[in-house]
Amino acid sequence: MAADQETVDRVRSIDVDAYKYGFVTPIESDLAPKGLSEETIRFISRKKDEPEWLLEWRLEAFRRWQTMEEPKWARVSYPPIDYQDIYYFAAPKSAPAPRSLDEVDPELLRTYAKLGIPLVEQEILAGVEKPQVAVDAVFDSVSIATTFKAELAKAGVIFSSFSEAVRNHPDLVRRYLGTVVPSTDNFYATLNSAVFSDGSFVYVPPGVRCPMELSTYFRINERNTGQFERTLIIADRGAYVSYLEGCTAPKRDENQLHAAVVELIALDDAEIKYSTVQNWYPGDSEGRGGIYNFVTKRGDCRGARSKISWTQVETGSAITWKYPSCVLRGEASRGEFYSIAISNGYQQVDSGTKMIHLGRNTTSRIISKGVAAGKSQNTYRGQVSAHRLATGARNFTNCDSLLIGHECGAHTVPYIEAKNASAVIEHEATTSKVSEEQMFYCLQRGLSAEEATALIVNGFVRDVLQQLPMEFAVEAQKLISISLEGSVG
Amino acid sequence: MTAAKGHARAEGRGAMLEIKNLNVSIEDKLILDNLSLTVNAGEVAAIMGPNGSGKSTLAYVIAGKPAYEVQSGEILLDGENLLELEPNERALKGVFLAFQYPTEIPGVAAMTFLKAALNAQRRARGESDLTTPDFMRRVREVANALKIDQEMLRRPLNVGFSGGEKKRFEVLQMALLAPRIGVLDETDSGLDIDALRVVADGVNALRDPNRAFLVITHYQRLLDHIKPDVVHVMARGRIVATGGPELALELERNGYRDYAEEAA
Repeated sequence: MAADQETVDRVRSIDVDAYKYGFVTPIESDLAPKGLSEETIRFISRKKDEPEWLLEWRLEAFRRWQTMEEPKWARVSYPPIDYQDIYYFAAPKSAPAPRSLDEVDPELLRTYAKLGIPLVEQEILAGVEKPQVAVDAVFDSVSIATTFKAELAKAGVIFSSFSEAVRNHPDLVRRYLGTVVPSTDNFYATLNSAVFSDGSFVYVPPGVRCPMELSTYFRINERNTGQFERTLIIADRGAYVSYLEGCTAPKRDENQLHAAVVELIALDDAEIKYSTVQNWYPGDSEGRGGIYNFVTKRGDCRGARSKISWTQVETGSAITWKYPSCVLRGEASRGEFYSIAISNGYQQVDSGTKMIHLGRNTTSRIISKGVAAGKSQNTYRGQVSAHRLATGARNFTNCDSLLIGHECGAHTVPYIEAKNASAVIEHEATTSKVSEEQMFYCLQRGLSAEEATALIVNGFVRDVLQQLPMEFAVEAQKLISISLEGSVG
Repeated sequence: MTAAKGHARAEGRGAMLEIKNLNVSIEDKLILDNLSLTVNAGEVAAIMGPNGSGKSTLAYVIAGKPAYEVQSGEILLDGENLLELEPNERALKGVFLAFQYPTEIPGVAAMTFLKAALNAQRRARGESDLTTPDFMRRVREVANALKIDQEMLRRPLNVGFSGGEKKRFEVLQMALLAPRIGVLDETDSGLDIDALRVVADGVNALRDPNRAFLVITHYQRLLDHIKPDVVHVMARGRIVATGGPELALELERNGYRDYAEEAA
């Protein structure tokens, strides 16, 4: 209830200009030469001082990528992307891997403070129970700081930037990299494999429950730059980790590409909870600018009784193409996908999930809430398949869409495939509008149109919001109100 | 009653709500035909009339529901023309409509809704938000009087509420929001006699020299419990007769036939 009040307060205090993360940090960058070639890839690999095997892995992906075509099946449209007109690497000049927080450029610390991300290791005050969150901050192509590393190391948890993991834990990286999303997986994932710059790496050893929430905060700052980060999270036998991801970018008139890959691996009895609050710049009210968010996220429930849960709140990006999925390989493993996708203005969302049931008695659950306003198009695309050996597989899918206004669209595209007669797959879908009756009822009690919309939408997405870690739920709720600003006449 | 705080203007007998020569149509069909009506401060005015006479339209037009087209006329509350205001601005001026069919809002707890509405109105008057304990205490007081249990307030707004629960929740909102004028649109419909008594008691507790009620009903039985000061008879989109409480009893005996013809 308090959170709902928070929403209403937030709506009340909204500026005319709704996207409040659109500022640019004035900082000098080290850029790779524009365009994509083997040279660019060698440049990135050299910058990062990578071992030979990783360079080879990148080059092989690049050769493969040159033979591939952009996927065209999603319900989104945009002018052709000139892949030679993008910078594939941009790093603040001042940041040659600082050793401690004291060495980070104050300009960067200020940037994150402005974004509400504390890059400081606050002490827990005596008697005050405030959960700590460890943060890895990725600025354009490099990780600039990771907090609470020492604290986590005590529990045996490895949490670092990807580049650092390649240096310090090469065996782990080599063993798991590309085992969930192979470098040949799809156009964008293959591009990422060739040019990925940084991201986060997490390893939680057997039987360890990670003592705090981990999070990575992605920020695109530089103009004409793509961000291609790579995240790899491994929960060993019986381990548990909850990980959060947030994203923002400055306002720019041109579109920018963000093509990330996230791989999750859960071994026997392990659990990974991965939450995203995605708030990339969505473009202006005329549909100019904004991020193209073409992302491949996949979790592998490799061990028996393992569990992977995706929760996403998507409010940003001009175009979203994203299907966080679970491969349910281990016996009795479980996959979950909870999603809120909100689109306004000219945003285009094509998002959903895949639940691939391979093992016996695997279960999955999909709850998707799409909210479309303005002139936006919002598509849920989901695949549930039960393979021959997936005896006793069960899935439940619930997919609801809410329309605000007359010029937006909501679409639901489920693919269901059962090759095992014992599989039970349920799919429910509804589409509704914020009715005139509901609006009038709220207005009659004195709420403004904005307050009423925020209240109704928050009610609609409630089931999913409850899946988010507490701090993020409040943040997400504010974000929902802000992204719907201007959606009511 | 702390009720009238914030819009304490005309005390006692002055005209509070004045409707002058109101013509309203929906999809080119004239529903209110040159209707005029005055409700004084402190007054309970009943509006009775057959189905299709335009009673609910009148309630909606006072509250500002879209889709009704006001061709001409005025609706003045304390001298201010409501027709120039948005529905939420009217609410902030003290117009409250108890809906005949309250709307369901899934996922939004009734309590959450109450708090949002109450604080919206407080802020409009320049008051600060109620603290949660103060809010809870006020809700509990009114809820007890209306025999509404706390469990119901945790449920999503009007979702799965029985007919009686919906109507009691409307009166609960009215009590908390303390309007200048309460418009009750067939609040008695769908109520059994016990629920009717609870609702009527709730309304009677809100009677105040600084507040007026427009009680729209089909039947005399509600008026046994909420005693009106004035009874207006509405037929074919206009007021065709006005009298004291005895007029309601006469209608109960003779029906609306005479008036329906008179208006034709």
